[in-house]
Amino acid sequence: MSSAVEVREAAIRYGDLIAVDGLTFTAEAGAVTALLGPNGAGKTSIVEACEGYRRLDSGTVRVLGLDPVADHDRLVGSLGVMLQQGGVYPGIRVGEVVALFCTYYGERRRPTELIDTVGLGDRVRSTWRQLSGGEQQRLSLALALAGSPDVVFLDEPTASVDVAGRQRVRALIREEADRGCCVVLTTHELEEAERLADHVVIIDHGRMVAAGSPGVLTRSLQSDEVRFGAGPGLDVAGLGATIGAMVVEASPGEYVVASAPSPAMVAAIATWLAERDLPLADLRAGRKRLEDVYLALTNETSVAVSARLTRRERRRTR
Amino acid sequence: MNVLVAQFVTEVRLTLRRGESLLLILGLPLFFLVFFSAVDVLPTGPGTAVDFLAPGILALAVMSTAMVSLSIATGFERSYGVLKRLGATPLRRPRLVIAKTAGVVAVELVQFAVLVPVAFLLGWEPDANWLAALAGVVLGTAAFAGIGLVLSGRLKAEVNLAASNGLYLVLLVVSGMMFSLDELPGAGRSIARLLPSSALADVLRGSLSGGDVAGRAWIVLAVWAVVTPVVAARAFRWE
Repeated sequence: MSSAVEVREAAIRYGDLIAVDGLTFTAEAGAVTALLGPNGAGKTSIVEACEGYRRLDSGTVRVLGLDPVADHDRLVGSLGVMLQQGGVYPGIRVGEVVALFCTYYGERRRPTELIDTVGLGDRVRSTWRQLSGGEQQRLSLALALAGSPDVVFLDEPTASVDVAGRQRVRALIREEADRGCCVVLTTHELEEAERLADHVVIIDHGRMVAAGSPGVLTRSLQSDEVRFGAGPGLDVAGLGATIGAMVVEASPGEYVVASAPSPAMVAAIATWLAERDLPLADLRAGRKRLEDVYLALTNETSVAVSARLTRRERRRTR
Repeated sequence: MNVLVAQFVTEVRLTLRRGESLLLILGLPLFFLVFFSAVDVLPTGPGTAVDFLAPGILALAVMSTAMVSLSIATGFERSYGVLKRLGATPLRRPRLVIAKTAGVVAVELVQFAVLVPVAFLLGWEPDANWLAALAGVVLGTAAFAGIGLVLSGRLKAEVNLAASNGLYLVLLVVSGMMFSLDELPGAGRSIARLLPSSALADVLRGSLSGGDVAGRAWIVLAVWAVVTPVVAARAFRWE
């Protein structure tokens, strides 16, 4: 069976800016796929191509086996969309707009239930303009789900949503995936991707730099090292000589030991610190968090990019 | 409920809910009609002031709904991403356009239902060819909606707001809605006669006051009614 969303060698350019650069990924039905990347990585551009808002300059996008632009009319009934912001009449009431959207999709869902699911039951008579940022996000999510879609694209669904709201949104997204919907969301927050997604696609400068489940991603990029935090300015050369491994102070007070995280190595580091009566802030062995992976991957390219940007800046100021 | 009906109800409801739009489409025409009928300061020619004013005010009502109110609402819907979002629903553009058109017509009916009885109360005695007046309203609606959508389809919402209101004021003053175009100097009068607002005022005044409608006014109005929707369809940017 083919994937619900298939993006192959996609490229999108705005003038001489390359927003999406040969991106390939798939998203499956019944799973949450997170497109994770820093701002400006090309997440919204590729999602808008999947939604049929823009054409690719090259490559292909298939959503439920259809071309989102050419087969737009056949696809819209099965599609749910949440824009990064806005998208709702400012003067319309919550109850009215949810009912209107349910009508668009032939009353597949009951408006009152949908409103309760996103926790806006007490805001039915409020207009969009009167809602807080988080409430607007939740209303947008309700509208995206109004047609019980087979595929739903959510652009930054938890941005500006408070903690309680986030939990509700996460539960709702999980529910949609569990009923068989293919959920594709974008986020620049690692924690969201780690908590929500079954599959993470890390994008930077319009390219995929890594993909996999959060667990696989962190394991595959695991390296032999021990990290620990202590006061800044330790004698790294002395420590390295004692334990027999290279030690680097990666940032002030954060040390990286190039060695497998064996119990003996951990003990040796602890002993060395204890002999000098130095405090140990934390110690991490082996497995990195997704954050480390993400930062490592997105930092590699950022140097090249800042050079590119500087050139462009220079051209502009000339 | 039927999608088209639901969208139509939404369009009308949102128009009538906006205070500034109510002021524009009902408040001002009503005020002008009552005030200048009671206080005879405008050069309205021979006959009672209300006989001259009522057709002009009806033309003003059409302009305020089809051009200004439609333009401002559409401009903000565009800038708030409403039109973009609707593009990803099964509503589809033809139904949206039909619903908006029907919405404009419905609001005009509300305006007429308020303004015409008030004009009668003020002593208006029309000698009307209602069919010709209706044709004028249809053509005028098309012409003004076209202009409104050209503006809102291209300009930023805030710029469009200022432009639509500004255009409304200028057309209100120079179009013979409130006073006879004969008061304008020769060159100005010739230019003013080419405006859709003057043409609509002429058509309505002629057909509601027992006079003849100049062929020129019909031609000017019809040209605007054909050209501006075509330009709007080409110029309109949904995002």
